[in-house]
Amino acid sequence: MAEAVTMENSGISSVGDVGSVSGANDAGKRRIDVVSLYPRDMNIYGDSGNVLTITKRLACYGYEPVLHSYNQGDAWPANVDIVLGGGGQDSGQKKIQDDLETRAADLRALAEDGVPMLVVCGLYQLFGKYFETLDGYRIPGIGVFDAITIGRKQRLIGNIVEDSSDFGTIIGYENHSGQTFLRGGTEPLAQVSKGEGNNLDDSTEGARVGNVIGTYLHGSLLPKNPEIADFLIHRAAERRYGAFEPVITRERGAELGELDRFTNSARKVAQARPR
Amino acid sequence: MAAQSLRSFLTPALGKTVRAVARLRGGGSALPGKIVESVDPKFLARTLGQLPLGVMMVSGTNGKTTTTRIIAKTLENLGLKVFTNPTGSNFVRGVVSSLIPLVDARGRIDADIAVLELDEAYAVHFVKQVKPRYALLLNVMRDQLDRFGEIDTTAGLLAHVAEATTGTLVLNREDRRIAALAKRTHAESVRYFGLEQNLLSSFPTDDELHAGDGESGETDPAGTPATVTAAASPSGSTRDFHSLPADVTLSGVHEHSAEFIMEGRTYSSEVKVSGIYNLFNAAAALAIVRAVMTQAQAAGTIAKAPSDEEMLKALSTVTPAFGRGETIDVNGTEVELVLVKNPAGFRLALTSFDATTADTMITINDEYADGRDMSWLWDVDFSSLRARGVEEVSGVRSWDMALRLGYDDVAVAQVEPDIPTAVDAFVTRHPGVHKRIYCTYTAMLGIRKHLAELTQVRDAGV
Repeated sequence: MAEAVTMENSGISSVGDVGSVSGANDAGKRRIDVVSLYPRDMNIYGDSGNVLTITKRLACYGYEPVLHSYNQGDAWPANVDIVLGGGGQDSGQKKIQDDLETRAADLRALAEDGVPMLVVCGLYQLFGKYFETLDGYRIPGIGVFDAITIGRKQRLIGNIVEDSSDFGTIIGYENHSGQTFLRGGTEPLAQVSKGEGNNLDDSTEGARVGNVIGTYLHGSLLPKNPEIADFLIHRAAERRYGAFEPVITRERGAELGELDRFTNSARKVAQARPR
Repeated sequence: MAAQSLRSFLTPALGKTVRAVARLRGGGSALPGKIVESVDPKFLARTLGQLPLGVMMVSGTNGKTTTTRIIAKTLENLGLKVFTNPTGSNFVRGVVSSLIPLVDARGRIDADIAVLELDEAYAVHFVKQVKPRYALLLNVMRDQLDRFGEIDTTAGLLAHVAEATTGTLVLNREDRRIAALAKRTHAESVRYFGLEQNLLSSFPTDDELHAGDGESGETDPAGTPATVTAAASPSGSTRDFHSLPADVTLSGVHEHSAEFIMEGRTYSSEVKVSGIYNLFNAAAALAIVRAVMTQAQAAGTIAKAPSDEEMLKALSTVTPAFGRGETIDVNGTEVELVLVKNPAGFRLALTSFDATTADTMITINDEYADGRDMSWLWDVDFSSLRARGVEEVSGVRSWDMALRLGYDDVAVAQVEPDIPTAVDAFVTRHPGVHKRIYCTYTAMLGIRKHLAELTQVRDAGV
């Protein structure tokens, strides 16, 4: 039952339950290259669940997910279809900061080229213009979003529910002390109906530029918000293969149905829980 | 001085009166503590200050309750009179409340030493009032971060305990944030407990647990980044202190026995506690018990300090604490309760028990005491449950748990949010087959309460 996920660099591949042996040379294999950004230092509050959701759903749709774990100093993958990044402690952010600067131009180019990306919390902040810490020090961001983040003493913590015109109701858990303010052409991801969101001044949450989504929602975000997961997958497939054309076996279909059932109930409960 | 002795006399009487009234009202156990704290703020320091061997504090993210119980019972088995706080009252007011009924008319308690389990945040308040003579700091892991913020902040809280400790500070050398606290203390001596090299991989540090997919090319086939081994840190940076000499080293783990190294000698002993993480707690307990017994002899509390062998024997008979591997017989079926509070603890629990020989149930609540944030479930790798699946998932957040298992390809036979209904279904299915329930704190209270209606459940003193 293990996922058919190929691991770049390792030569390891696993056998999927549809009897396929993954490998880049297999005819008819539709590979999707997923980059997990800094999983060693930016992977807090279950953000790894986002990677798992993308790779599993890709496999269910008949694509071959290839996961690249990119940490500081690693070689950048030759092909990138989806980028996923999480949050970290302050110490984690400091560790990746220099490397992120060296990757800034690549990431901006990929974003402009329409590569779908999801960055959560710490990496959301660093995808903006800068993060100003409590003592006034400015950590430069890579400027995919026209957004700035200011460190504050108060931590914004708790269950959060928000509404997006593209994705409907989004559900998660926020836990951050930086407050983000959007500027210029960067639109928010959603409007908060329960919780705080980007900052204490307005009701926006997250950011959206093209196919790049930034958000404060952990949870993990994608398992309970499969609409966003499927958006990233659709865009990736369209960009690489011209269209999203799922090939779903009966067994995989049943699996997706079961996940949907769990997801819908989990969403209902989460929305009703105290902050 | 006169006012002081008057208080010593009046406070216990007042506290007892309040306690009697609170009991009549069916009120909470913290109420007497609250009133005594407000009329006599020095009660705690004065009462504990009389103990000949002083106060020992046990803190850390995982294992506080088990370790405190092992220490207290072992010291009792070795002939000391021990005051300890009951499970669940690991905050300052809870300690005051549990002291009140034990204080005599002259304001004294009949004990040689206090062994107190304290939550990291409350420990900071506690050491402002009482300086511990002994402190044992177990680990810092991500737990209920919605309360403390980040793990480095939690380590900062424990630094206050290290700074306040006067006698012996015992630290886990395998947790770099704990071992680094040696620099922060003025204690007379600092000692360590540790693991043999071969057991290290069973105890991923918080850093390793969150190292994501490790170095490129070491990704778990299921794409579950929580599966990381010590290899994720090739430089060994998360094990900076492993080479420090340890007072007690856990070197071998078996079904009902364990091996410990002390002073270069390996001792094998039977043990009642099970699971590798509880045995590591036993090593921690042994390290601090050794320090206490040496002092007890010096202070004249006991005639002669016991040998390492005698101390190990005293430890070997201690049974597990409430919900930490406790087994309840339900009409001939063994039901084992395992408390899980955070990703590291859940992960260790899953590796400690064989999932292929028992039916599994998981119960997840998200009340304040459990932690509201469910994201921790995504930091646990559940693939070890794949072979046999999970029989029953329950609790307020049962659907979140089922979804998590679904993404790890673990089959779920039934989801039933209501705990009593789920427990009934679980314990009657497959009669005679061993049952294991992993549950969060408030879920465990609910399960125990319901099991008590079905069968005789031991009073756990909560």
